[in-house]
Amino acid sequence: MAVPPAMTPSAITLPAVPRARRPWPLIAASTAVAALLALPLIFLLIEANDSGITQIKDLIFRSLTVTLLWNTVRLTVAVTALCAVLGTAAAWLIEKTDIPWRGLWAVLLVIPLAIPDFVISFGWNSLTLWAQGFRGAVLVMTLGAYPLVYLPVAASFRNADPGQEEVARSLGLSRTQTFWRVTIRQARGAILGGCLLVALIMLAEYGAFEILSYRTLTTEIFTEFDVSFNVAAACALSLVLVALSVLLLTGETAAGRGRRVSRTGAFTQRVAAPHKLRRWRLPAVGFPLALVGLALGVPVYSVISWIVRSHQAYLTGVSLLDAGWHSAAYGASAGAIATVMAIPVAILAIRHRGRIYQLLERSTYLVLALPGVVIALTMSYFTEHYAGGFLYQSTPLLVLAYAIMFFPLALVGVRASVLQAPPALEEVGRSLGTSKLVVLARVTLPLIAPGLMAAFCLVFLEVVTELTATLILVPTGVQTLATQFWSYQQNFSNGQAAPFALAIIVLAAVPSVLLGYFFDRQTGGR
Amino acid sequence: MIRHVSKAAAALALVTVALTVVGCGSSANTLILYNGQHEQTTDALVAGFEKATGINVEVRSDDEDTLADELLTEGSNSPADLIYTENSPVLQFLVDRGMLAQINGSTLAHTPSKYRSPVGEWVGVSARVSVLIYNPHLISESQLPTSVSQLADPKYAGKLAFAAGETDFQPIVTSYARTYGQAATLKWLEAIKSNAGSHIYPDNETVADEVNRGAVAFGVVNQYYWYRMRAELGASGVNSRITYFAPHDPGYVLDISGAAILKSSAHKAAAQKFVAFLVSKQGQEIIAHSISFEYPLDDGVTTAAPETPFSQLQPNPITIQDLGDGARAISLLRQAGLL
Repeated sequence: MAVPPAMTPSAITLPAVPRARRPWPLIAASTAVAALLALPLIFLLIEANDSGITQIKDLIFRSLTVTLLWNTVRLTVAVTALCAVLGTAAAWLIEKTDIPWRGLWAVLLVIPLAIPDFVISFGWNSLTLWAQGFRGAVLVMTLGAYPLVYLPVAASFRNADPGQEEVARSLGLSRTQTFWRVTIRQARGAILGGCLLVALIMLAEYGAFEILSYRTLTTEIFTEFDVSFNVAAACALSLVLVALSVLLLTGETAAGRGRRVSRTGAFTQRVAAPHKLRRWRLPAVGFPLALVGLALGVPVYSVISWIVRSHQAYLTGVSLLDAGWHSAAYGASAGAIATVMAIPVAILAIRHRGRIYQLLERSTYLVLALPGVVIALTMSYFTEHYAGGFLYQSTPLLVLAYAIMFFPLALVGVRASVLQAPPALEEVGRSLGTSKLVVLARVTLPLIAPGLMAAFCLVFLEVVTELTATLILVPTGVQTLATQFWSYQQNFSNGQAAPFALAIIVLAAVPSVLLGYFFDRQTGGR
Repeated sequence: MIRHVSKAAAALALVTVALTVVGCGSSANTLILYNGQHEQTTDALVAGFEKATGINVEVRSDDEDTLADELLTEGSNSPADLIYTENSPVLQFLVDRGMLAQINGSTLAHTPSKYRSPVGEWVGVSARVSVLIYNPHLISESQLPTSVSQLADPKYAGKLAFAAGETDFQPIVTSYARTYGQAATLKWLEAIKSNAGSHIYPDNETVADEVNRGAVAFGVVNQYYWYRMRAELGASGVNSRITYFAPHDPGYVLDISGAAILKSSAHKAAAQKFVAFLVSKQGQEIIAHSISFEYPLDDGVTTAAPETPFSQLQPNPITIQDLGDGARAISLLRQAGLL
């Protein structure tokens, strides 16, 4: 079975198979996907152009932008760095050592990904005054986002060639030296890829920062849209976000360049003996325990305490089921669509050499850094201007918006699997005279199926916890778990909001467990 | 392998079914209401209306500004028939853009003329009033400002909280500017910004919450936030009190919540019935007994104790026209770096 080594979005170039002809169907499909994902950018440029270059320049170059930029950048740097350290450390403990109950940790460590940031921040905020402003934002976002580093790094550790570490040790390197010069180096691609996702998501985050009273470019974009009807200002600030994410993507590509995934005996997996922690074996449990306690325990505790403290009747059984059903249906639909969209883009970028294909693929990551409200307004803009309102506030358009917003996460899952699927098998299929489509269906898809599942789960999680685009695009009269939570919480009805937060956690925990389990089972066995 | 593929196929099939079921929209005889008011109260009003008339209403809730933005984007294609907001400036904004239809005269007659659109394109439904919320453990009532201009006093540095981005705050800014002029308002805004420091919050719920738990001494909110918080936490969970500015102070502002019919609506007759229901005795009673804790505008209906009776309020005499669409307040807030 193929093993996703790393959910890294970077260009890891396996020896590509030279093709005599250009893969036109793949190119057409990928271009269509990239064009769809470029819609929000086009929308921003149209709006910016309409309000005039001078106004946009004035809006970008004002003192507030500097403050917001500084807030955004320092937060992104701090959270990304912390996620890198915590995610990598957790992955190392779980995958490389004989820590007790590793199967349990492997699942629990992923679940915080499923807790909406506005629930984590609300939970912390209602417990302590300390969690405010910059430090509150760093705390909450780190606890919510570290699994994005943990997942790929854990997979990469598991998949790494143990031979290299053994050679390093036999050549006289100490354990510490081996760790830095071999182990970390082997996982570098996975760490960078995870960090890129964390950083991009940080740029677009809104709900948590609003609750923690921390102003970033994105919170300001919401204020401009909401309070001042000022689309021009919001677009100007969004363009600053786009510039930041281009910087991030370029940086990540540059840092990842020259990387080689090489192993002795490419498809025969050998299992390394875990490092013996010896007398540190029990104390080491403190680390995952603390991480899970802070990231999962605290929000769940505070949500339950709202129910206990509330003086209003709280259970709303029917609406809970109805909202849960809608959240699940939207998440599943968007997960499926985004995953299907990611297949051609990933195959084209990995299996076919060409700068332009890589560029096409990289461009699709930009959308992750755009706030939900920008995506939602893009959808309403294009349906209202070019389709007479057709499908406006309908389920298909909402699901498409979700698929666009979270496409990069699907891509990350799919490309990891494509990287691992040996092209030779497809060649064999083709050489036996089977048509391209049949090879795709019977060889390629089964090979990358685990990656498709991971992609589906990641998108599902994000959709279930999404709020801002949902409020604008959801069909009138329909409630999701997130919109119901929001509407009660806005009304001081924390006790009534709480069951919806719990339902989100339960619903999203299912794919989280699957994700943890999936990445765990993809080893050569332990 | 085959198992994976068949699983994926099953998932896709499920998704298709889900899409079909979820996609079933509303029928042609349904009113669509864009709701910026508190959802639970609106739901109670809609339930009462549906029972009384048999006309179905679908509610779409969001912040009132976002709803106005949506209406603007949607233009004549808008699916909305009605909009119901917490404050008048949003409605005036839509009046200025020619997007609202006339409300029937008999409906308008239910509310005093100073609480409705001067051109009859929206009607006031309920009212709220701005107050100070304070935490007696951190500041005594006698130390509190009696006028909104005193909020700028350096002695309140680190003690004051407010929500600059909240639509409820704009009327206070407009009122201040009407009394003291643009230049003085800008200076005042800069001073209260520095007094509040890190206690500038995104909304009034947060202001009330933070004062109540002692993160900051006092803040500016509308009265009903405090009542709603008390309903949630119970009397024992409340560590804060509210107090009014001096009578007729520019900070003592009445905000009118109102409803309007979209010009683009294809169901105007039914929409008129809905607006009429909001200001009817039955509709006003629902508001009076809801957990919104707002003042119904119909003379005959009073709110449950312990709110200060509507007739005893002594707000600043600023008019609906003076409050306008809030553009001036927004521009001042932006100049002060608060937006």
